Amino acid sequence: MSVLEIKNLQVSVITEAGNKEILRGVDLTIKSGETHAIMGPNGSGKSTLAYSIAGHPKYLITGGSVTLDGNDVLEMSVDERAKAGLFLAMQYPVEVPGVSVSNFLRTAVTAIRGEAPKVRTWVGEVKEAMASLNIDTAFSERNVNEGFSGGEKKRHEILQMELLRPKIAILDETDSGLDVDALRIVSEGVNRVKANSDLGVMLITHYTRILRYIKPDFVHVFANGKIVEEGGPELADKLEEQGYAAYITA
Amino acid sequence: MSQLTTNYLTPTGREEAWRFTPLKKLSGIHDLEVSVADNISLFAKSDLPKGVSLTTPNTSDHPPAYAASDIVTNRVRKEAKKTTLITIADNTEIAEPIFLKRKCGPTAEVSRAVIQVGVNSRATVVIENNGAGKLGEEIEISLAAGSSLNFITLQEWDLNSVHLAQHHAIIGKDAQFNSYVVSIGGSTVRISPTVEYTGMGASAEMYGVYFATDEQHLEHRIHVNHSVPNTKSRVNYKGALAGKGAHTVWIGDVYINKGAEGTDTYELNRNLLLTDGARADSVPNLEIETGEIVGAGHASTTGRFDDEQLFYLQSRGIPADIARRLVIRGFFAEIISKLKSEEIEERLMNRIESELSRVGE
Repeated sequence: MSVLEIKNLQVSVITEAGNKEILRGVDLTIKSGETHAIMGPNGSGKSTLAYSIAGHPKYLITGGSVTLDGNDVLEMSVDERAKAGLFLAMQYPVEVPGVSVSNFLRTAVTAIRGEAPKVRTWVGEVKEAMASLNIDTAFSERNVNEGFSGGEKKRHEILQMELLRPKIAILDETDSGLDVDALRIVSEGVNRVKANSDLGVMLITHYTRILRYIKPDFVHVFANGKIVEEGGPELADKLEEQGYAAYITA
Repeated sequence: MSQLTTNYLTPTGREEAWRFTPLKKLSGIHDLEVSVADNISLFAKSDLPKGVSLTTPNTSDHPPAYAASDIVTNRVRKEAKKTTLITIADNTEIAEPIFLKRKCGPTAEVSRAVIQVGVNSRATVVIENNGAGKLGEEIEISLAAGSSLNFITLQEWDLNSVHLAQHHAIIGKDAQFNSYVVSIGGSTVRISPTVEYTGMGASAEMYGVYFATDEQHLEHRIHVNHSVPNTKSRVNYKGALAGKGAHTVWIGDVYINKGAEGTDTYELNRNLLLTDGARADSVPNLEIETGEIVGAGHASTTGRFDDEQLFYLQSRGIPADIARRLVIRGFFAEIISKLKSEEIEERLMNRIESELSRVGE
């Protein structure tokens, strides 16, 4: 049983023109097995929340705390956060030229598990995970995210999540740019990992579409850098009908 | 041409060809006032296969087959009494690479070599330049019609070594010359891979990798001369730099002469700056005297290490130092993998990584 606890988190983005306040006191607790949908209009700070928790250097924490099972996440380096059990599926996965998917996956899994996976079982493990995400095995020899289509990038993110077995996963607009088939495959992947590992999920999305496939236990409406309303799955239905207009203040 | 008059004079540093080079660090190889030793420094690493010979005839019996404009090349021709001659007989296919090793003396010295690839023959020649040395060198390579040569030079010198060289290829009809220049070691390395074509259908692929750290100067001056119709050239050099005073120079001169209709050329140089205080000069230059060509282009980019790549890898649990190594390995992989030797690939990457870990110490 793991708990990610975010308390009064305040974050600014570092820009050349100076620092700009984005998150204005976020409170959120995610436990193993729970799925929390974070929904909100563009520019409300959803991605900043995701990247701050993962430790992107562009963001400056100005207040509040983030802990995973009581350990201070904000004190950890980016790779330590991943080793502690956090995973961020990115909206725009980064291309790494010259580094093959197979080398990348193996290096990451070795780092997270603390030892290199056994060659014999590892090959099968990757093959199986790839097959269930409809990823061609030739994919292994391609360079990380280089020349991948939008759908391939997202499936590759979920593939990593399956293999790295995090405690808490943050999915940042994983549904963006996916057609119906790709959305179904990716969602099934998330659900499979949840079923196998009691994963806690923070599902960041703009649209309710993905919630038909991944059922949230809680829905949080995010606007202007903080959570402005919370509820169960029914809140997503309300957003579907009424949009975010009510939460955007001029 | 006023340039010619300087071809036999000690450069001052004001000449276009020498303006990037730190003359003080050259151990006098370029300086006619300083004497140089005449040693034979190139040896076969193991028994040569059938059809391949290595001898050391008098230089006067193997006079230069092209006019050189480089002062060091001209000096080598004058000072080297013997030439190391490597011949590959006609219609010979050598599957295994022919490895040559370098053994330099304690003072500045010159070396001249001629490599002749016979009609329709195929071979790979690898020259391993390592250890200590202060070397001025010319290698003249001729490819007879229909032949193919992979020519690999590995500059894995000790950090105090100096190496100034011209490697000139004369490519015959339908012959294929593939050049791979890897420069990692040495205090100052300045290599001019130059090619000319003597028959239609001749083609050159020229690849390079260089990695400069603290106070190291690595310079590559490519010169491709398309003078006959229907010839092809591809140039792709990639370099990375780290540490204060690390300096690389890449010059890519491609000439398409009036009679060279049907020329197809593209040259590319990419540099990756890993730290502050390093400097990469990159000067592509294309001169075209005929419009009747297949294609001609060039590109040059110099960029910083991409922190987003580092973040992505780290967010998957990969520690920063390993992530950095992966990215650098990846940057060079495109070219180093073309060497098709895991052993060399591993050795080069290990050297790069060990130098990288020493930067700033």
